[in-house]
Amino acid sequence: MSTNSQKYRNSFLKEVEANVEEGEWVKMCMQCGVCAGSCPLGKHWDHPPQEIFMMIRAGKREEVLTSDSMWMCTSCYNCIARCPRGLPITHIMHGLATYAKRLGLAPKNQPTQGFSQLFWDNLMKKGRVNELKMGLSMYFKDGFAQGVKNAMANQKLGQNMMKAKRMNAMEIIGGHGVKNPGDLAKIIKKAQEIEDGNIQDFS
Amino acid sequence: MTEVIATNETILVVGGGISGMTAALEAAETGKKVVLVEKRPYVGGRVTQLYKYFPKLCHPTCGLEINQRRAKMNPNLTIITMAEVTDIKGEAGNYTATVKIAPRYINDNCTGCGDCGKVVEAEFDDEYNYSMGKRKGAYLPHRMAMPQRYVIDPAIIGTGDAQKAKDACKVNAVDLDMQEETIEFNAGAVVWATGWQPYDANKIQPYGYDRFKNVITSVEFERLADPTGPTGGKLVRPSDGKEVKSLAFIQCAGSRDKNHLLHCSRICCMASLKQCTYPADDVDISVYYIDIRAIDRFEDFYEKVKAKDNVKFIKSKVASIVNGENDSPVLHGVDTEGYNRYADQHDLVVLAVGMEPSVDKESFPVDIVINEEGFIEPASENGGIFAAGCSSDALDVNRAVQHATGAALHAIQVINRVAGTEG
Repeated sequence: MSTNSQKYRNSFLKEVEANVEEGEWVKMCMQCGVCAGSCPLGKHWDHPPQEIFMMIRAGKREEVLTSDSMWMCTSCYNCIARCPRGLPITHIMHGLATYAKRLGLAPKNQPTQGFSQLFWDNLMKKGRVNELKMGLSMYFKDGFAQGVKNAMANQKLGQNMMKAKRMNAMEIIGGHGVKNPGDLAKIIKKAQEIEDGNIQDFS
Repeated sequence: MTEVIATNETILVVGGGISGMTAALEAAETGKKVVLVEKRPYVGGRVTQLYKYFPKLCHPTCGLEINQRRAKMNPNLTIITMAEVTDIKGEAGNYTATVKIAPRYINDNCTGCGDCGKVVEAEFDDEYNYSMGKRKGAYLPHRMAMPQRYVIDPAIIGTGDAQKAKDACKVNAVDLDMQEETIEFNAGAVVWATGWQPYDANKIQPYGYDRFKNVITSVEFERLADPTGPTGGKLVRPSDGKEVKSLAFIQCAGSRDKNHLLHCSRICCMASLKQCTYPADDVDISVYYIDIRAIDRFEDFYEKVKAKDNVKFIKSKVASIVNGENDSPVLHGVDTEGYNRYADQHDLVVLAVGMEPSVDKESFPVDIVINEEGFIEPASENGGIFAAGCSSDALDVNRAVQHATGAALHAIQVINRVAGTEG
């Protein structure tokens, strides 16, 4: 490829198509804006979905991947239901967030991202989510004093959950899990390797 | 009993809108025998319901009059109204058509004087005005209806109203014993011109056409603007009859959408631009669009409307409508030129609804190739059946007429082959 055409080659769109889940749909967006207007959290996004799609096509790699916009998606699927072109917008947003995280570009203090990490770490310990520990780690994520405050504030909720057998206090010691967490770790490791092998380098 | 003299050298035209009329007239004027079957009590179709044409802003009544005169003068053309083709059997050059004719209860003695309409009391939603007004149980569908003959609504048959109509008629035109009849006749070729229908706006849930009084469709707006329409040409709100000061058009309402019609309906951009010229200059107009498709010479018209001070264009597909204060709809969305979030209130919102082909895939009488958008494809498998106008694609009047002329030529070629006069 000549240097001249190289200059106009938008590698970021190709990168998204290759490496982001459902990324091949990005080029199908016709910029009507129905997704942005239909998003219940839309006003909290720095860049609504159709703008993200346009930024990808304009090659704005840093701005897209470091944005916290796609982390705002709550998977309500309003955008997918209404998109006249049938783009799986919710999935693309999660795909972009995951990809940014993998590259270490995701915004560090983004709460959704923090929650996702806690959830994953919690899950990987025993192969099952320990809700008691999950709750506590959320309470104490901003330090001990804040954690106690959070716990006190939600005391009643916790007690009710225990009464309704939705949470078990005994989960604090050990907790339930899959039969063989070691095997699960191996499966995840293998899956990770396959996924890593599929990632194409566009740098 | 309706008599139709037809042979396998006759052309059957199904649908008497602008395309069907054109195909029928063009063929008849070359000397071919043509039978035109129309479902409504009159010919002219949806064109009769338009106030103005784009881009010249002239009145469709003008062209309609010319076509009606051509039809009246031509001995080769037989028009059957209130009739539907229920079956077609055979092959190119030798078809047998079955046609069901609904009773009109008025015979051809009718002079169109209107005495029956005056005495009948029952009123019904006026389909000619998309149910925005009422018509009598004995009625002339519209001023220029051809044939210029009244119709008696089957709902008043057996009531005192029907007898009143009969008694009022001085020329003995009311025949309350008229029955539905089914006739069969031959045809060598068929021109299928069943046209289109406005896409059902109730299906576009976020726009609330079914819930909000001041959200209407483009075809309804056309009737509002017409001096012979339900408001006498005044642009007023359906909710309170107040004058419209702020008007919005929503483009692609049901078109270019995976959830609705897949195709671009082609006419809606120009129809809305045309409708932008209807209100007085002190009415603020906003057009919400994905992209304006004013093709070819229509670009000039778009430029003209853009230059109007009271019209503004917002590049955005409206996401949803909420009913605001005083039943004034609030449009929510994000524009694509700056990604600004808006919540704009208007007195009246017009949905530029798409063109849905009136081709019933399930009950089509013969094997025919229909594409995923519902239009008839030009295919050799169709034999001697040729689509004309909006049965074949979303077309404006101009292009529908051109297309219908082409369809007439195809039909004539089949007839010439049958007659052995080809080449």
